[in-house]
Amino acid sequence: MTTSLLGAPVARSEDPRLLRGEGRFVDDLGHDAFEVAVVRSPHAHARIVDIDLGDALEVDGLISVYTFDDLPERLREPLPLLIPHPSLTAGRTQHVLADGEVNHVGEAVALVVAEDRYAAEDAAERIMVDYDPLPAVVGPERALQADQAVHDDIADNVAAHLEQEIGDARAAIADAAHRLSFRLDIERSASTPMETRGTYARWDADDQRLRLYSSTQAPTSVRAAVAAYLGLDLAQVECIAPDIGGGFGVKIMHPWPEEILVPWVARELGHDVKFTEDRREHFVSANHERAQVHQVEVGFDDEGRVLGLDVEFVHDHGAYIPYGLIVPIITSTQLIGPYKLENYRVTFDSVYTNTTPVTPYRGAGRPQGCFVMERTIDRIAAHLGRDRTEVRAANFLQPEELPYDFGLVFQDGRAYRYDSGDFPGSLSKLKELIDWDGFAARKAAAAAEGRLLGIGLAAYVEGTGVGPYEGGHVLVEPNGSVQVSTGLSSQGQGHQTAFAQIAAEELGVDLADVKVVTGDTRRFPYAVGTFASRAAVMSGNAIHLAARKVREKALRIASEALEVDAEDLELADGKVRVKGSPDTSIDLNVVATMSNPLRYAFDEAARIATQFTQPGDPNAPPVAEGEAPGLEATDYYSPIHSTFANGMHAVEVEVDPDTSDVRIGRYAVVHDCGTLVNPRIVEGQIFGGVAQGVGGALYERMAYDEHGQLQNASFMDFLMPYATEVPRVDVDHLETPSPLNPLGIKGAGEAGVIPGAAAIAAAIEDATGVVIDAMPISPSQLHARRLDAASTT
Amino acid sequence: MTTNATATGIDAHDRVEVTVTVNGVPRSSQVQPRRLLSDFLRHDLRLTGTHVGCEHGVCGACTVLLDGAPVRSCLTFAVSVDGHELTTIEGLAAADGGLHPVQQAFRDHHGLQCGFCTPGFVVSACGFLAEHPDPDDEQIREGMAGNLCRCTGYTGILGAVRQAADELRATGDDPRQRTRDGATASGEEVSS
Amino acid sequence: MKPPAFAYHAPRTTDEALATLGELGDDAKVLAGGQSLVPLLNMRLAAPAALVDLAHLDGLDAIEVSDDRVRVEARVTHERLRRHPAATDAVPLLREALDWVAHPVIRNRGTALGSIVHADPAAELPAVLSLLGGQVELATSGGTRTAAADDYLLGPLESDTRPGELATALVLPRPGVRTGAAFDELSRRHGDYALAGVAVTVTLDADLAVATARAAFIGVGATPVRVDLTDSLSGQAHDALAPADAVGLARDVIEPTDDIHATADYRRHLAGVLLERALTTAAGRAAAGGTA
Ligand SMILES: Cc1cc2nc3c(=O)[nH]c(=O)nc-3n(C[C@H](O)[C@H](O)[C@H](O)COP(=O)(O)OP(=O)(O)OC[C@H]3O[C@@H](n4cnc5c(N)ncnc54)[C@H](O)[C@@H]3O)c2cc1C
Ligand code: FES
Ligand code: FES
Repeated sequence: MTTSLLGAPVARSEDPRLLRGEGRFVDDLGHDAFEVAVVRSPHAHARIVDIDLGDALEVDGLISVYTFDDLPERLREPLPLLIPHPSLTAGRTQHVLADGEVNHVGEAVALVVAEDRYAAEDAAERIMVDYDPLPAVVGPERALQADQAVHDDIADNVAAHLEQEIGDARAAIADAAHRLSFRLDIERSASTPMETRGTYARWDADDQRLRLYSSTQAPTSVRAAVAAYLGLDLAQVECIAPDIGGGFGVKIMHPWPEEILVPWVARELGHDVKFTEDRREHFVSANHERAQVHQVEVGFDDEGRVLGLDVEFVHDHGAYIPYGLIVPIITSTQLIGPYKLENYRVTFDSVYTNTTPVTPYRGAGRPQGCFVMERTIDRIAAHLGRDRTEVRAANFLQPEELPYDFGLVFQDGRAYRYDSGDFPGSLSKLKELIDWDGFAARKAAAAAEGRLLGIGLAAYVEGTGVGPYEGGHVLVEPNGSVQVSTGLSSQGQGHQTAFAQIAAEELGVDLADVKVVTGDTRRFPYAVGTFASRAAVMSGNAIHLAARKVREKALRIASEALEVDAEDLELADGKVRVKGSPDTSIDLNVVATMSNPLRYAFDEAARIATQFTQPGDPNAPPVAEGEAPGLEATDYYSPIHSTFANGMHAVEVEVDPDTSDVRIGRYAVVHDCGTLVNPRIVEGQIFGGVAQGVGGALYERMAYDEHGQLQNASFMDFLMPYATEVPRVDVDHLETPSPLNPLGIKGAGEAGVIPGAAAIAAAIEDATGVVIDAMPISPSQLHARRLDAASTT
Repeated sequence: MTTNATATGIDAHDRVEVTVTVNGVPRSSQVQPRRLLSDFLRHDLRLTGTHVGCEHGVCGACTVLLDGAPVRSCLTFAVSVDGHELTTIEGLAAADGGLHPVQQAFRDHHGLQCGFCTPGFVVSACGFLAEHPDPDDEQIREGMAGNLCRCTGYTGILGAVRQAADELRATGDDPRQRTRDGATASGEEVSS
Repeated sequence: MKPPAFAYHAPRTTDEALATLGELGDDAKVLAGGQSLVPLLNMRLAAPAALVDLAHLDGLDAIEVSDDRVRVEARVTHERLRRHPAATDAVPLLREALDWVAHPVIRNRGTALGSIVHADPAAELPAVLSLLGGQVELATSGGTRTAAADDYLLGPLESDTRPGELATALVLPRPGVRTGAAFDELSRRHGDYALAGVAVTVTLDADLAVATARAAFIGVGATPVRVDLTDSLSGQAHDALAPADAVGLARDVIEPTDDIHATADYRRHLAGVLLERALTTAAGRAAAGGTA
């Protein structure tokens, strides 16, 4: 192999199947399964007085109905609190079916099983639940008023309060030449993958085994949870994440009530059972994210250098807190971005409200943090009358200061330590890409025509590839195919291709010979999951390490067979060959055959490995000590702490002076995620992230009314952008490899979404002169702001 | 056909035979009148390439060609299309697996990630290109604007439709036709 | 999101359809393109006992263009009408309005008449019907009647379609000479229902000054809101309109409400902006021969 596969923009091996309509998503399976429908609470907060099955039992095709009272003891326990944290003193999680009280619209109250989903919905519609409604707590500020409790025993609605500080922020602010304080808000949104949630269970009564297909980002953990709730050995349960139609965080949440109920019912009934969530359910019963209100105080010098920063924020985690404090902890640390902050204090309250629970959505607290920091820098620049890029440059950590330890604790409980990056380098690339210096002229020319142009930028640093670990298994089959597996699952990130590139590179084989399986506990039972832009870093490196072991073993075997020193051998073109004389070689598949001493020549190729053909050293065991048969290896990658990717976005917008409609012109991205395994896949992640950032800035919000009713639970009213709303994006890469892992990779999955709201807010502010301190913003809201501003000046 | 049965009415819970020609093959199944075409295709005919993302007409994942024109299968009842012709995502690649020019273009331009929205986009694009053989970029953007994708940010999709338009115009092939065997590479190779 | 069970009727002829509708009365709903009805069924916001499907019907699919009007029958889809050169030449406003209706794939199945029967206050075609003084033809097994737009469009999602009745056609009068029209709207996403929108016609006198002007707004009232602007604009030169009075008048007449996408105030403001733009376009077109 002359050209390296790492870094090559190879086309994806996943594609042909998906393009031909041969994908295998959960609802593509189990056509004969019973289907379930869930009776969900129409109230944000209520006690359940009575559940009357009414004439539901007469529905044609009905199989059974379950309420809390029908559940076995183990299933009556609350669902797990997945990530306990010492500060999380008042954690509550939901039940698989409501136990006498509902705390958000959409909470599961009863389960209907029927021959198909049509009949299941017919029955669900007929079940009469008598509710005694209670006042709803909606919005973080209402929660803190504490005049109404979401959970009776948590009167202040606060699940956790956390504080971190470096230096002495308040003293530094007090001593600073300039001080500002202001509030910044981000509203609720959600991952909203195109495929909703789904779970399909097959109980094999003969084998006493359960097979579960679930649209999840964490199949190994789902398996463990289901085994625990159903009282099964892990060995009896297999969980497969087949093709998944997008996750973006929401599918890292597990186990969902349905993920426990469906396999339980399948075993009870001795029949396959499937749950396919519909879109309306997804809006209210799959988790949301983002809503936070922040109070900022900052002190700075004449150059705009931040001397002290104090941020207090409230995180609205909804009705339950199954995923712990991950999102607000990420905000509180990642807020810092590429800047050198020596006096920083951050506190947050994580509060209950009667709304759908909050767990990570792509970006996971970072878009909020970025919004806070970048809007702060823009305020400083405006206050001093300085260029916004200059103020950023004045605050950057310099490349020679990295690695840099802030003295804070990150979401994994480990040090918040930036490993590498070149922020000034990124900024100069960005300025060039968007033609920052030429903007003033563009703006003036537009103004002469009565048009309003604005430009904004935002920078971020993203901790990616958090632990604890991932593993990889690599096996060369005697037919030459290379089987690679890892436990985490894929939701469209092109893992099959990227992981194949990593293995093929190490083993010198053709990409087409590498077959990758992800998210199947039958193939690889140990894993953590796909989140925090960690798959390429964690599984990528684990597969690299496993492939390296295979390579070493292949060299050992070949060196004996060829009687050449292993040092003088290389793997290329599917062979082990002598460096410099490529004609002396042995095919890798032959090495694979030889690696497994055989008694039976079940086919022609196998003859070479049988005991009379390959007698070996008669005084040594056929399988040497410390060796195992087969050309395969497993390895794990477990870093000490996260690696940190970074990037900057700049955007030019035009605001219609009459309608306040915002149109995005140019959008530029400079991105540093270390070594690029496949630049085309990384760019795809950026493009997709930017579209979500645009959605979060201008279109998407979860609009709750004061009664906790979600008013826009459909794609008609939750405005996910179409192609007409998303701009063209120009991307430039910087590669500062991470010193923390063998491949030098940093994660790329979430980056695109992080600075969107901050950059677009800045551009709108620049175009209109109106301070933008809350996102998303609609034309109606922007119009109102402009009117306010005009009337106060 | 069930002309008489349909004319005189079918009771809500009765089943009726619906016959359609899907990808050139006559297929039938007994269904209730309320059976959505999307479910009929996916679960009765087991053509699961057509996806369902919203069941209220907004996302476009369920788009199929009805007598050559793209429509939402989630907003259509199977009984309404009895006797008609349908093309689904399964009807575009060649029998030997060779990708349709639109499919190949999606691959070349990284126009898909998770692949869930993809069948709807590919089928919509085929319908669009049949009507607009020589589209400009703005027409392509608007033509694809009835379908939602959460993964790609549409960049690769728009590039793919551009490429497919140019290619199909050169060959003069009807974008709604199944690709001939040997017409394109099998699509299984991994090119760099 | 699966529809509730319904009995199904697929008449082959209009007479058969009318007989079935007559028999079923209140229990039945007509299924035309289904692009509004099926989402409601899937969300179980509607549960008719029976559907009378026009899909298998022979006929009711004509577009007739005569000297004084365009007549569009019940089974004609938005997209077919949009691509019918004779119809859109005769009533140019039609094509511009249809460009704003949903996405092409929805237009492939949704019917023009269905959108009028459905009477969504943010829909484009009811405004066109109202602005141009069009009519809806309706039939029962007992006979036919014709309803003027204003009498027919009663409220949000409410038209005067009576039990047993089938709307068979919509009729639009052709505009006179030196008349120009325009449609403008703002929606959040391309293809969404509008936050507000307006259709206008302007007729000029022989000196190319405004003789009459009318507007119909969508998204700012229970039905399309028609406003006669003649008094505010008459006599103004087509290329030097001073629309402030007209805008003021319109903003007073419309009755927008708040929703999650926009406030009533914003809609009121927006309606005025769109009116001003549409008037300028329409007057220009009228001067150029009323061809666009
Ligand atoms: C995603 C999406 C976006 C859309 N955006 C827009 C938009 O921007 N603007 C817009 O105007 N529309 C929009 N629509 C609606 C679309 O235009 C519909 O096609 C139209 O409103 C209804 O026409 P239909 O033929 O589909 O009627 P159906 O859905 O079949 O019927 C609608 C109602 O009218 C009744 N009905 C229909 N025809 C008759 C008849 N001949 N006699 C008696 N009763 C009848 C039905 O019983 C039913 O109550 C959108 C739809 C979708 C799904
Ligand atoms: S599933 Fe049909 S449009 Fe979304
Ligand atoms: S590729 Fe995932 S939704 Fe489009």
